[in-house]
Amino acid sequence: MHWVIPCLVAAGCLIPALGRWWNGRVPLIASAVPAAIAAVSIWQQSLLAAGEVVQFHAPWVPSAGIAWAFRLDPLGNLFVGLIAGIGTAVVAYSAAAYSGDARLPRLHGALFVFMAAMLGIATADDLVVLFLCWELTTVSSFLLVGFDHQTEAARVAARRALLVTATGGLALLTGFVAISVVAGTTSISTIVASGDLLRAHAAYPWILGCILAGAFAKSAQFPLHFWLPGAMKAPTPISAYLHSATMVKAGVFLLARFSPVLGGTDAWFAIFVGIGATTMVLGATAAVAQDDLKRLLAYSTLSVLGLLTLLLGLGTPIAARAFVVTWMAHALYKATLFLIAGNIDHATGTRSLTALRGLRGALPATAAAGIIAAVSMGGAPPLFGFLAKETAYEAVFEAPRWAGLLGSLTVASAVCLVFAALRSGVQPFWDSGRGATPVLRALPIPMQAAPVALGTLGLVAGMLVGPAERFWIAPAALAINQSAAPTGLSLWHGFTPILAASAATLALGALVFTNRARVVPWVGRFAPWVATGPSAIWDAGWRVLLQGARWQTSQLQNGSPRRYVATTLAAALAVIAVGLPWGTIVGAVHEIAPFEIVALAAGLLVMGGSLITLRAPTPLAAVAALGAVGVGVSLVFLVYSAPDLALTQLVVEVLTVVLFALVVRLLPRAKTQTMGSHRPSAIVLATIGGVLMAGLSLLASQPGLLEPTSAYFELNSVALAHGRNIVNVILVDFRSLDTLGEIVVLTVAALGAVSLLARRRATSTGGIAP
Amino acid sequence: MSLLILRTASRYLFPLLLLFSVFLLWRGHHEPGGGFVGGLVAATAFVLIALAEGAPSARERLRLAPERLAVCGVAVATLSGAVGWFLGEPFLTGIWWAASPGESPVVGTPLLFDLGVYLSVIGVVLAFLLTLIEETK
Repeated sequence: MHWVIPCLVAAGCLIPALGRWWNGRVPLIASAVPAAIAAVSIWQQSLLAAGEVVQFHAPWVPSAGIAWAFRLDPLGNLFVGLIAGIGTAVVAYSAAAYSGDARLPRLHGALFVFMAAMLGIATADDLVVLFLCWELTTVSSFLLVGFDHQTEAARVAARRALLVTATGGLALLTGFVAISVVAGTTSISTIVASGDLLRAHAAYPWILGCILAGAFAKSAQFPLHFWLPGAMKAPTPISAYLHSATMVKAGVFLLARFSPVLGGTDAWFAIFVGIGATTMVLGATAAVAQDDLKRLLAYSTLSVLGLLTLLLGLGTPIAARAFVVTWMAHALYKATLFLIAGNIDHATGTRSLTALRGLRGALPATAAAGIIAAVSMGGAPPLFGFLAKETAYEAVFEAPRWAGLLGSLTVASAVCLVFAALRSGVQPFWDSGRGATPVLRALPIPMQAAPVALGTLGLVAGMLVGPAERFWIAPAALAINQSAAPTGLSLWHGFTPILAASAATLALGALVFTNRARVVPWVGRFAPWVATGPSAIWDAGWRVLLQGARWQTSQLQNGSPRRYVATTLAAALAVIAVGLPWGTIVGAVHEIAPFEIVALAAGLLVMGGSLITLRAPTPLAAVAALGAVGVGVSLVFLVYSAPDLALTQLVVEVLTVVLFALVVRLLPRAKTQTMGSHRPSAIVLATIGGVLMAGLSLLASQPGLLEPTSAYFELNSVALAHGRNIVNVILVDFRSLDTLGEIVVLTVAALGAVSLLARRRATSTGGIAP
Repeated sequence: MSLLILRTASRYLFPLLLLFSVFLLWRGHHEPGGGFVGGLVAATAFVLIALAEGAPSARERLRLAPERLAVCGVAVATLSGAVGWFLGEPFLTGIWWAASPGESPVVGTPLLFDLGVYLSVIGVVLAFLLTLIEETK
């Protein structure tokens, strides 16, 4: 994994450069890469289930203990399998859906980078590597959601998703830093094995809060859920990948990973159960009211994400098992349904559920996949989704607290999901009473095959419960909760209350579906609040922030250079005035050494030049007089044996005069330069500045006040750096990184200035600005 | 405005200033001088030409666009740092070569680094000044 991830990122960056060549069959062949990763992941799982550990560790920043470290454990490898497996389908599908589109290379480039980042999240064993991948998913998903960047709506959705998840990312970073400080390491496997260390620490509430904020933003938990339905502006295969199977699961995956050391407390239980249940119920009810197929799927995804959070909060072994099963089942059926939504959209040109009906004749393969996925989502045997619902019910009914309330909420949400499943996976294909929706475009083979393949996987997993439990479910659940759940999952385990609840859920869901003409408008009255309520608060907060920034900018940057100089100078002087030890300075006045005659002459030159600058009749004369001041200063340097400084100062002065003279000629000439009412305040500021600088110079001349660093350099300049000019040795050897930074800054500034001036010239001569 | 004296003088001063700047760069490690001041002096030479004969003449003598020169300088400095990297030392470690074993080393990557500083300073100063000179024409 340690080399797969950088290779995928590099490939992702290169693909957009390949242009039209990356079209047709090439992406189909390229989808063999994620397929191979998925195959390796499946093969590895049998070894991992047997207790083997696969890890890679290379030092990265040894001084900070940061390593390029990866570790495959059953939980992470399960995620790898889902990311790569569904990734294969999505790459092939999008290649067919966007075949011939010039934007396909860009889409696939971002998709490969995203896939690499997700694999990193699943396998990273170092907090820094994990965070890096986390942010990489944020950035690449921004590019993917905003793929259709010519439309305003896509840009808004992409920006909002970016801001919510990136803000969460900052919180996560804070949490990671706190964890690494408390645990004394950035190695995740060490941290996860540290027992009660984090829970017992005084900073635990802060750590928990930060990690939760980051993970909940990514996994779209209430009240940060609103970005997910908005992100449906993304291309449908991207929604299938990001918004059902991978990125939104990254948050709950992270929480599952850290639950052994952060979980089990009252705060954990209350927050997870509270937020999880709220998200679950709101998502499920809002899904009922949706007319757009993709938005319906998005809201039902929210509901399942809420259920996953709820299950993590319960903290029991059976809840951990239910978490894993629900996670797998949802990834498979929801990605299938999204791809079906893409097929329907592609073929008919609409996603409106009121318009879609009777498509089973025209799209038989899509209809078959739709039925399979809908049966799984509804939770009916023999599909994997049935197992997910059964285990979830079991875990929630046996919750340590609030079992009755949580149980009824979960069942109510499941009823809504049954309805949503029938509406999204069945209704568009049946219900042909008033004639089928016309099909405008034929579907390429990969677009038909991808959902069928994913749907079949859900069917197979449901049939092969035994191996699935032994290799995937049980080992992964063990990584979340150290005490194992009882084994022996099966589709049939006798007549139990859970089975009764399952049957009731299906019946109620079907009942709601047959009465949808009355139910949907009724729920529709509440749905807008879920959709717009928190996002309105978010937008309002954002507006306030922007207004604040605008006010601050108008105050600080009002376009008057005099104000800039005054503000900068006043701020700098205030800092200096607070920090100066005035007692020492006053003492130093008595110890001023007698002047040398040359220094006195130089001083007079500086003072005379300053006075002439003040009284100069024209700007150009002032610039020339300033040059004289500079020459005086370099003379002072020369007298006090700093030839390097003197030399540099002299050349800088010459060039500055040229620069000033050039700029002055560009200034508008009409206005006479007068200070007017600013004069008194300018004099006060200048006087304070002069006094402070004099004090600072006196302080610097005091011996023994601070330990001079020059002693070290004098001692080591020749020995270590083979140079006798200490100033130069410091610049090019001891502190060469600083120098490198400086020339980079200078170069960037020059590039900026040149492009600004070139733009100005282009506009002033009537050309078009670039 | 008669520029005859400036024109004639600049033609002789230009190579001298350039020579002086290289001298400053070369001796910088032991005596006063170095890449920064050397670069400034070289830039002055080109500015002199630009003032006397116009910016196009200075650009012609420079051959490379100033902003490209600056980027080249950063590249040279970075590469000089990377030499240490390839020899298993941390980035920017000074690597020295002696003429013969036992003697004190003469040539090292710090001089290459200083050359990078020299080039980027010329580039940056001229990027600003030549553009401004063209602007005021």
